[in-house]
Amino acid sequence: MSAARRKEAAATSGSHAVAHAPDRDALYERMLLVRRFEERCVELYSSGLIRGFLHLYIGEEAVAVGVLDHLREDDAVVATYRDHGQALVRGVPIGPVMAEMLGKAEGVCRGRGGSMHLFHAPTRFYGGNGIVGGGLPLAIGLGLADRMQGRDRVTVCFFGEGAMAEGEFHESINLAALWRLPVLFLCENNLYAMGTALDRSESETNLAVKAASYEVPAWSCDGMDVLAVWEAARRAVELVRDSGGPVFLEAKTYRFRAHSMYDADRYREKAEIEHWRERDPLLLLRTTLLADGATEKDLEAVDARVTAVIDEAVAYAEAGTDEPVDELLTFVTSGR
Amino acid sequence: MTTTAVQETTYREAVREAMREAMQRDERVFLMGEDVGRYGGGFGVSLGMIEEFGEVRVRDTPLSESAFVGAGIGAALGGMRPIVEVMTVNFVMLAMDQIVNTAAALRHMTGGQFSVPLVIRMTTGGGRQLAAQHSHSLENWFAHVPGLRVLAPGTIEDARCMLWPALLDPDPVVIVEHGSLYNAKGPAPTPGTEVDIDRAVVRRPGDDLTLVTYGGSLGLVLDAAERLAVEGISAEVIDLRVLRPLDSAAVAESVCRTHRAVVVDEGWRTLGMSAEVSARIMEDCFYDLDAPVDRVCTQEVPIPYAKHLEEAALPSVERVLTAARGAVGRDG
Ligand SMILES: Cc1ncc(C[n+]2csc(CCOP(=O)(O)OP(=O)(O)O)c2C)c(N)n1
Ligand SMILES: [Mg+2]
Repeated sequence: MSAARRKEAAATSGSHAVAHAPDRDALYERMLLVRRFEERCVELYSSGLIRGFLHLYIGEEAVAVGVLDHLREDDAVVATYRDHGQALVRGVPIGPVMAEMLGKAEGVCRGRGGSMHLFHAPTRFYGGNGIVGGGLPLAIGLGLADRMQGRDRVTVCFFGEGAMAEGEFHESINLAALWRLPVLFLCENNLYAMGTALDRSESETNLAVKAASYEVPAWSCDGMDVLAVWEAARRAVELVRDSGGPVFLEAKTYRFRAHSMYDADRYREKAEIEHWRERDPLLLLRTTLLADGATEKDLEAVDARVTAVIDEAVAYAEAGTDEPVDELLTFVTSGR
Repeated sequence: MTTTAVQETTYREAVREAMREAMQRDERVFLMGEDVGRYGGGFGVSLGMIEEFGEVRVRDTPLSESAFVGAGIGAALGGMRPIVEVMTVNFVMLAMDQIVNTAAALRHMTGGQFSVPLVIRMTTGGGRQLAAQHSHSLENWFAHVPGLRVLAPGTIEDARCMLWPALLDPDPVVIVEHGSLYNAKGPAPTPGTEVDIDRAVVRRPGDDLTLVTYGGSLGLVLDAAERLAVEGISAEVIDLRVLRPLDSAAVAESVCRTHRAVVVDEGWRTLGMSAEVSARIMEDCFYDLDAPVDRVCTQEVPIPYAKHLEEAALPSVERVLTAARGAVGRDG
């Protein structure tokens, strides 16, 4: 890591000491950071600076924020192509994340990965994976390494409910249960896999029941309420760490935006989206904070802080350089 | 085993010894796969290893190729040095996603942040009347993919000595073992023998033409070279043994000298290893060639069960002889 990147990492680090009560202000700020970051991504996409597939997490922020608060620095995270939220909340430096989205040499993956493939070794962030279900075998392997080396680390693997129809889900959770691997299977059930609604792709739509059939402790939580996610994930991460075996947690959530920027969103009713927007995780926590004595001004200050961080990240990314084409074939192999 | 006399061994035992040695040398090394433990390996390669190393380091997996190959990737990322055995190259198709989309791509896709020091071993090839779902030679699928190294040990020495350098490679390595070789007998390599996992090797020197092959076809090509010698044709035999990265220089050096080449490959002809090798000969040796490059491959058919049909499908000494005679202008 360059000195600049280290500084960046320190400035935005999201790897927190494990807490016993939620720091609501911090949770709010992190959710807002992800929300505003992605709103900026939409602008950058519209202006052509971000290309390729761009999958937004807007509406689902409570999940990553509520879950990742419980991880230690030496734990690991595996995510999907919808990975900006997990990356930022895990503490992957925001400037290099934005630079990656812009395909710059200063990006976390030096412009090789883009939005769907964010990786960051220092925070043990193992992607970003463009293959639905593809991260699950990798996650249980990280757990296997921990088990074999006698470490009490936890690997959290995020995946969508759509991935639960994939063989890789079933193979992986079976193996994790059989070998008692310290992995939290974190299902983000946003009810759709691209345009396919849950009940059109799963014979059993109660996902925790499905997971429990593998003899894995499994339950669901309200994925729109960050405090509910926080509490459910606290129990889940503790259980994985204490028992050394897998746990399945479903967060019932919803994406407010289309599947990706390419999606015309024809497969669901506008009213349904509006209904879920009433339970916007930011709105819910905001209401709680205001009821607990925070002022509008306090919250505006949070917004200003977050916006400043994002402005700086965008500036960092825009000032980034193009990787020289001479470097095209670098990193294919070690060149041992 | 302190005797100094040359020990006889088999290809199967050589692979096993290689794994045992690796596990003794490095405690991060472990073996996992379907039936590698109590059963002793689908082809008996790991027989006795679970008794020696225990269930933690010799792990029987459920039937879930994608999960346990992917778990190998994750374990490698987590600091282990896994050897994953998949029974056959046909079954590894179920893990292709993990190998191609993750293992091979990870280093590049992450800008060099992560590497996957994983070894995946599997049986390949026909000749045992196992028909169309256990007999194919699909190693070219892996050899197509940047980010992988692909090894095809065709001798007992390579079977014994390629594993350790493969485990030292920071990148994923696929090792294909031809099923008909497991019972092959020969002298055990002297301890400490080092083999190259970068370069092809000349198995028999010659002047009149070059026979390029690898893996399970090596034996029949050497037999063919012997018979050609009787006819007064001196054939050089090159064992590619590393299918990726392909050692084109070794092939070019030979073919530019002999001016004639036949490529023998148990894979299918269309888009196979032989296609790649002959294209490279064209690129590197065009002006030195005295005859078109010929190829002896498996017929374009899913391998049939019946013995005579299977034999007709696979490369044979006779087919190599015919191609070689043609290349030197002695046909008919
Ligand atoms: C193996 C595979 N099949 C299909 C796709 C195309 N695809 C990308 S995202 C997606 C939907 C996945 O839905 P889900 O797992 O619920 O995650 P979500 O997008 O809702 O977060 C599909 C079908 C893919 N990337 N990988
Ligand atoms: Mg979904």
